[in-house]
Amino acid sequence: MSIVSEQLSTGKQAGRTPAAPRRRNWLRLWGRFGQYVALVGYIVFLGFPLLWLLSTAFKSPQELAKLTPTLFPVDWTTENFRIAFEQTQLPQALLNSLIVAASTAVVTTVIAMPAAYALARLRSVVRTVSVGWILVSQIFPFILIVIPVFVLLNNLGLLNTLTGLVVVYVVWALPFTLWMLMGYVSAIPKELEEAAAMDGASKLNILARVVFPLLLPGIVATGMFAFISAWNEFFFALVIITDPAKETAPLLLARYVGAEGSVNLGPLAATALLTTLPSLLIFSIAQRKLVAGIMSGSVKG
Amino acid sequence: MQTSVASPAGAPAAPQPPPGRKRRSSGGIGGRSTWFLLLPSLLPVVLFSVYPLLNGIWLGFTDAKAGFDVQYRFNGLENYRQLFQDNLFWQSFKIGLIWAFSVTILQFLLALGLALLLNAGLRLQWLVRPLALVPWAMPSVIVAILWKLIYAPDGGILNAALQGLNITDRNINWLGDFSMALPAVIVVGVWAGMPQTTIALLAGLQNVSADLHEAAALDGAGAWTRFRTVTWPAIRPVVVAITSLDFVWNFNSFGLVYVLTEGGPGGRTMLPMLFAYNAAFQSGNFGYASALGNAMVVVVLAIMGVYLWRQMRQSQ
Repeated sequence: MSIVSEQLSTGKQAGRTPAAPRRRNWLRLWGRFGQYVALVGYIVFLGFPLLWLLSTAFKSPQELAKLTPTLFPVDWTTENFRIAFEQTQLPQALLNSLIVAASTAVVTTVIAMPAAYALARLRSVVRTVSVGWILVSQIFPFILIVIPVFVLLNNLGLLNTLTGLVVVYVVWALPFTLWMLMGYVSAIPKELEEAAAMDGASKLNILARVVFPLLLPGIVATGMFAFISAWNEFFFALVIITDPAKETAPLLLARYVGAEGSVNLGPLAATALLTTLPSLLIFSIAQRKLVAGIMSGSVKG
Repeated sequence: MQTSVASPAGAPAAPQPPPGRKRRSSGGIGGRSTWFLLLPSLLPVVLFSVYPLLNGIWLGFTDAKAGFDVQYRFNGLENYRQLFQDNLFWQSFKIGLIWAFSVTILQFLLALGLALLLNAGLRLQWLVRPLALVPWAMPSVIVAILWKLIYAPDGGILNAALQGLNITDRNINWLGDFSMALPAVIVVGVWAGMPQTTIALLAGLQNVSADLHEAAALDGAGAWTRFRTVTWPAIRPVVVAITSLDFVWNFNSFGLVYVLTEGGPGGRTMLPMLFAYNAAFQSGNFGYASALGNAMVVVVLAIMGVYLWRQMRQSQ
């Protein structure tokens, strides 16, 4: 309130000299110009690394060996992709990543759905505790969790298996999945369920026929989120998987960077490009929903 | 079975109980089926997240080592005595703090600029919006590779560009140079973390009252004055929240720098998490590594405590 009154009073004092509007127009024009310059700066900073990855992936080894690189390949070649597929375990790693990410997405959403419903609909201490846990767990570095998880998986015989990785990823994705789903559940009007209950529908029926269809877009978005986070994850995989045949794509890439990748930039770029495609693809499809979901979770949570 | 599943139907359908009765609703029959719904999520979280975390904190006070069936025992503050005498630990935490503060502050300033631009209704939005989000969808390993390609000492585009502009005439080994490595990884950290910050700030900006802005503009308030008096107070809670989260994430970050430099050269980019990872999985000192983790928590809590306390006092 004080801001408003303050500005109202300064407005009176300012008066309107005839020269002021023209000067202001000039200022505004320059301001717009400056804004566009800044925007182009952001586009270059954010976009250039991606462009460079694309360009490197399609350059021939000879061209990459040149000391003065060109922005775009002189002759485009898919040679790097062939090398990536033939000389590395990329196909296996991509398959492993796909299995792990898809399983994580399915399991996470299936077990999170009832919990998200309960947490969103029945306000109770449990809800406060859960939301509190989501926030508190952010503070602890992974190193505290990963050592006991390592020992635990070892005792369960799940160390160095994709199943073990899925278990960890599900738990890892759950808090945020719950967060998102809770936002979607809250968006479904309670009155719809109440009306169905009045008509004599059983609770199970209401959940299956009323809530679930309305929740489906949210479930898909949440599943995609879980998929991306599992597909992208690196640290737990690094600790849990040691067998090269069970490596996920990020692991393979990290190993490749350390080994021959620093010399063979072309295949490295090609592998990186292939690995990032699935998450980019999903992301471009679900971008709006994902962002809205994360935001709604944080606003309504 | 039928009744226990059906019972929660009564709870939401019945007239809303007064807010004061919250606690009782979680204890009755409705409470039991709530647990039934929660159990599939709760069980894995407790088993693979809560228990390991508590166990991890506890391990920080033991002499646990890697290996099968190794017995370990409580050794009090012995790990922390060692930590205090470990120069590498102090160096690593210093680097971690430089990294976390630089990345968080730069991330915030750049993201705020971008969010303001995106909110200003400029053209080119179709290009900028996806670009601003893409780093978020990429694995940290790939982000590291992207920048390795740019920083490559021979044939990297950065060196070529700098030489083309006559800024330097030698090939700088960005990630291998003692003084350049940390700034170079900080730039990557900023790039990778900008999306979340931008999205959060953009959401905050949408809460800024357009009427207030218009009124201030009519009164001749300049852009800076309007930002300071109208925009800033409105987005301040979002700013505090996202910078706190960014700081925690950055201080605990691992994958990006692990792939970029593995902590090198000569430990110049050895973030605390990398140090702890090496202690645990290269040297096998589970107890010592957990103690490091505990020390990280203490540092983060102390810094966050001061920050949040000051913010609260200022806003009062």
